[in-house]
This record gives sequence, structure tokens and C-alpha cells, in this order.
Amino acid sequence: MSSFSLSRLAAMLAKEFLQMRRDRLTLGMIVGVPVMQLFLFGFAINLNPKALPTAISIDDPGTFSNSIVAALENSSYLDVIRETKSPQEARRLLDEGKVLFVVEIPENFSRDIVRGAQPDLVVETDATDPAAGSYALAAINSLATTALRDDLVGPLAARAQGPPPFNVVSHLLYNPESITQYNIIPGLLAVILTMTMVLMTCLSLTRERERGTYENLLAMPATPLEIMIGKITPNIMIGAVQSTIILLVAKFVFNVPMIGSFGLLAVALAFYITANLAVGYTFSTIAQNQLQAMQMTMFFLLPAILLSGFAFPFEGMPVWAQWIGEVLPATHFLRIVRGILLKGNGFGEIWPNLWPLILFMFVAGSFALARFRRTLD
Amino acid sequence: MSGNLAIDVSGLTKHFGTKIAVDHVDIAVPEGEVWGFLGPNGSGKTTTIRMLCGLLHADEGQGTCLGYDVRTQSEQIKRETGYMTQRFSFWEDLSIRENLDFVARMYELDDRKAKVNSTLDRLGLVKRQNQMAGALSGGWKQRLALAACMLHSPKLLLLDEPTAGVDPKARRDFWEEIHTLSDAGLTVLVSTHYMDEAERCDRIVYIQNGKLIARGTVAEVIAQSKLFTFIVEGEDVRRFVQRLQDEPGVEHAAFFGAALHVTGLDRDALEHALAPYRNESGITVLEAPPSLEDVFIHLQEQAQ
Ligand SMILES: Nc1ncnc2c1ncn2[C@@H]1O[C@H](COP(=O)(O)OP(=O)(O)OP(=O)(O)O)[C@@H](O)[C@H]1O
Ligand SMILES: [Mg+2]
Repeated sequence: MSSFSLSRLAAMLAKEFLQMRRDRLTLGMIVGVPVMQLFLFGFAINLNPKALPTAISIDDPGTFSNSIVAALENSSYLDVIRETKSPQEARRLLDEGKVLFVVEIPENFSRDIVRGAQPDLVVETDATDPAAGSYALAAINSLATTALRDDLVGPLAARAQGPPPFNVVSHLLYNPESITQYNIIPGLLAVILTMTMVLMTCLSLTRERERGTYENLLAMPATPLEIMIGKITPNIMIGAVQSTIILLVAKFVFNVPMIGSFGLLAVALAFYITANLAVGYTFSTIAQNQLQAMQMTMFFLLPAILLSGFAFPFEGMPVWAQWIGEVLPATHFLRIVRGILLKGNGFGEIWPNLWPLILFMFVAGSFALARFRRTLD
Repeated sequence: MSGNLAIDVSGLTKHFGTKIAVDHVDIAVPEGEVWGFLGPNGSGKTTTIRMLCGLLHADEGQGTCLGYDVRTQSEQIKRETGYMTQRFSFWEDLSIRENLDFVARMYELDDRKAKVNSTLDRLGLVKRQNQMAGALSGGWKQRLALAACMLHSPKLLLLDEPTAGVDPKARRDFWEEIHTLSDAGLTVLVSTHYMDEAERCDRIVYIQNGKLIARGTVAEVIAQSKLFTFIVEGEDVRRFVQRLQDEPGVEHAAFFGAALHVTGLDRDALEHALAPYRNESGITVLEAPPSLEDVFIHLQEQAQ
């Protein structure tokens, strides 16, 4: 039995610190990860999202509707991006995810107010993410009493007292019961796939490098494309298995509605998985060992969770964060999955999010191939 | 380019950062010859070999391997070259057979199964073919790696310390096989730290600090060194070593078994230094040709 030795402990500590100091990437992550998290949580993530995109469809132009539009535009919760006469167009914007709210001013709205008939102001809400719209919806509800205050003067002054001049009727679309799981579980598909696909690919190449087998592989007549496809294909299959498991659990355990086409979902999945594999492959050309591969994966995963609209409503983020989010494949895939499963989106509606995914896949893939070295230097 | 040179490179240079690892190395190995590549640790042997088979880009220099340009045609070079890495680089989580099979497939060999079987047979690993390669002892790993890099019947073998840690019998078998293959036209460049292996080579090149400083047959390299060696034998010669090393004219004094080799460049000075010992009873002092090891140690000490 040897007794505890302070000098041995000192030697041990010195060794550990030396090794830590030499691992530049880890040191970078020690600083980088908390800074990134602070920025994301501190600046980007707003649990009380404002300026949510809204469309107004007006069937009854006039003073009252002007006041309502003005009031909506004044509300910090909403951002009126479209005024239209056609309810169909407004509905399409909602389907495509371009707006979260459609406010419909019905025919004879003014006449009914004047008559004191309390017409309905219909608010259609995209409820796939129940958290996103709740504050905004409350704000719209309060409009009923305030929006027309300045118009109800003179002979109409009586309308300003008593019951509100019109009712706000909200229709929650796509997820009428506001079940959070309906939103989270499709989102998990995006996040879990990103995590495993990037990590597995990144590890499989850095493992070869760490063990020295990479030199042997390179000394044999294998082309970069053969190596890349060989490394990626097993991971595509892992991705397919994972997707199936997640979707089965979503359907049979959480009863997530799945109204869209599975074929379309499979197409989007294929692109999404490949895009993530390309990222993993690019990382693996940078990471020197498996630990660094893990860290780089974390670095990519954090924004994919926090800025994609998975953990927090996308629209609630400041513009710069939305721009970062738009670059991430997870953001687009998330919209596609929610669109297909909850809204029953078809190809036309998911295309605006599918092409960025395909573009990302090609850019990341070319990057991976370009970074691939046939040599050890 | 010359048709009968398997390796013909000149001015090969490689930097790592500011450090120059290989410094304008010229090597020309005729087909069918076995050349030894010697040099102290860190002298640039591995780096040179990697440049030859296209695993590292040369910063400067040009030339051919098997008639293919080392800068632009590494694909073709790889196809016809067997490279054995210094560090075991086969897949430890694949079985012995699976490793050989993978190599055979990478080179798209026709009668894959037969080749793998005969290799297993020759190695004497048939019974252990399903063991993981990682479970092999160090020497057996070397033997497996060697067999694997010869599986595709290459025309050129680049072997980086293939016999490090291999037992004497296996080492002898290895050299017998190398010579049989070279008789059939195979060219071999083999790095080694063993003198007896250097002596089995047709020619040797000696690299130090990235520069090739000696080349030729063993006899030529010894002659070029212009060294003189005296062998001091007798009872308890060890007690002289410290004193002899400090004598002027003595480059180094070292033991080989019971004998003391005293080496220097100046024959007269050596004679002078050894004169007192000639008279001691039971001690004999004889001049002998310097051994290769004497030469290498001399070269290495000169550089310091
Ligand atoms: N990847 C690398 N990065 C930086 N320096 C390197 C690298 N590879 C080799 N070197 C340096 O280049 C020099 C030559 O190394 P090399 O491995 O070629 O020596 P060697 O002759 O094979 O030695 P040994 O007999 O120990 O195997 C050494 O100084 C080494 O430190
Ligand atoms: Mg070496």
C-alpha cells in the first residue's frame, strides 16, 4: 500500500492541465458553448414572441375595418404582412406557414356594428405550436373593446358602453386542442436525426484517423467518393430505422395526427438525413479525434434545437437569429414535418422549405468532398 | 524515365511547419532489388516512404514510382504498390480473415477467396482466422500486416519497419520470402533499425536529419566512412571503456559481446591510444573492418 502523495498529485494535475491546454478545440468549446448558449437564450429566445406574421382578409372595407387594421398593426404582438380581399388567399398563407394568424373581417361587419348586432371577427390561428400564439391571441381579444373606441362617437356613443361592439371568435387550426406533443414530437424527429447522423458520421472517420487505419485505407486504391458513400450509407439506414421508430411512437403512443403523405415525408427525410451526414462528414475532416467530433456535433446541435423553432417559436426570435435559423436544415425540416403531419401539406406547400434543404445538402456535400484529403497532410 | 528503375525520385522535400523533415532526397532503386532504408529515429524515413506512395504531398522534388509520376499519378502507384505502415493499421475490430478479405476487395482481386485462404495458410493463421485482429500479439500483427500488403501481388513493396518486434525465426522467414519475390522481379524498399537486415539488402541508403548522407552496398558504405576499428578482447575489458572514450582520436568505444570495438578516423591516433593496452596480459588488440553499426553510430555522433 502506498500512501497518498502530494507530489504525485501535483504531477497528475500538471499532466492533466498540460493535456487540456494542448487540446485547442476543446478549449474553444469550453468558451464557445456557454457563450453561444448565453446568446441564444439571452437574446434570441423570447418566450413571449412578438411581431407574429398575420394576414387580414377584408370583406367589408370601411372606417371600422381601417381602425381594426390600424389597431392590429399597432399591436407589438402582430405584424400584418398582407391585406387581402380573398379569404382563400389568406388561408393558403396559413397553410404554407407564411402567417400564423388570419383575421377575417366579414361582410356587413360595419352594418352589424351600427345595428348593435355584435358581428364576429374571426381569427384563424395556426396552433401547431400552441405556445407561439397564445399571447398574440390574448392581444387580439382585447381589441374588441379598444379598437373602435375612437369611431364610436356621436350617435354611436352608446355602442362604446355596454357589451363589446363585436365578438372575437378564434379558430385553432391544425391542432385544435393545443396539444403540445403534437408540436414537440415531429420536432424531435428533426433533432434526434441531426444528433445521431452528424455524430455517427463524424465519429466513423475520426475513429479511423485516431486508430491509424486511415493511413492504410488511403494507401489502398479507394477513391474519396467510395470512402464517403461507404461511410455514409450505413448511417442513412440508421436514420431510416430511427425515423420509423419515432413516427411509430408518435402515432401509437402520443396519437399525433398524421394526415399528410408518408411518401412525401420519406422524400424530405432522405434529403434531411443526407444533409446532416454531409455536415458530419465535413466535421470529420476537421476533428482530430473522437472527442473533438463529439464536441463539434454539440456545437451544431445546439442551434438546431434552439433556433430551428423546435424549442421556442421561430417567429419570436429576433431577425438575426431567424437568419441563422433559416440556414439550418433542422428549421426547414421541422416546418416540413409539421406541415405534412399536422396540416396535410402537399408538395406545393412544402417546396419552399424543401429546396433550401436540398441546397444545403449539396453545399455541405461539396464542402465535405472538397475538404476530403487523399493524403495525410 | 528509365524503364528499369522502380523508384526514381530526386529532390524530394517535405516540411512540417518550419521543420524540414525530408531535405532534397534522391533515391533510384532498380527493379528487382531490395534496398534498405536506414537512419536514426525521426530522420525522415516514414515521411519519405509516405511521399513515395502518394500519402503525403512533396513540397519539392519530382520523380516516378513504377514509371508513374509521384505527384500526379498516386492512384496508379497505390494499385501496384504494397505499403506496410510502421504502426499497425489494420482494423482491430475485424477478424483476421475479414481484414484480408477487405484488402482483397479493395484491390478488386479475382480469386479473392483462394488468395485469402492461401495467405492464411502460409501465415499459419487458419485456426485463428476468426479471431479479432486486435487480439493478436504485436509480432503477429506485424506478420498479418505484411501478408496483407502483399496480397495483391504488388510490383513494389514499401515496408516501414516490418520486422519490429518479430521473432528471429519469423524474421528469417520474412527475408527468405523477400528474396524469393525479388528474384521474381519485386522491388523492395524496407526501413529497418536492424544491422543484420541491412546486410541482407542489395544496397542501403542512410538518411539523417532528412538528408541522404550515405548510399551503396554495405561494403561501400563502410569504405566511404573511412573509419578504422580495433577490437580489444580479453579479460574484463569493460574497465577500459571509460578511459578509452576520452582518448584523443577515439570516436567511440562500445561493447559487442565480450569484445570492445574502438573506432576512429585517424588510424595513428587510435594506435597511439591503444598502445598501453597491447602490453596488458590477457588482452589482445586486433584491427578489423568496421561493422555497419560502427559506421552508423559514427555518422550519428558526427551530426551531434
Ligand atoms: N505529421 C507530422 N507533423 C509534424 N511533424 C512530423 C509529422 N510526421 C513526422 N514529423 C517529423 O518529421 C521528422 C521525420 O519523421 P519520420 O516519421 O519520417 O521519421 P522516421 O525516420 O520514420 O523515424 P522512426 O525511425 O522513429 O520511425 C520527425 O522529426 C518528425 O517529428
Ligand atoms: Mg518511421
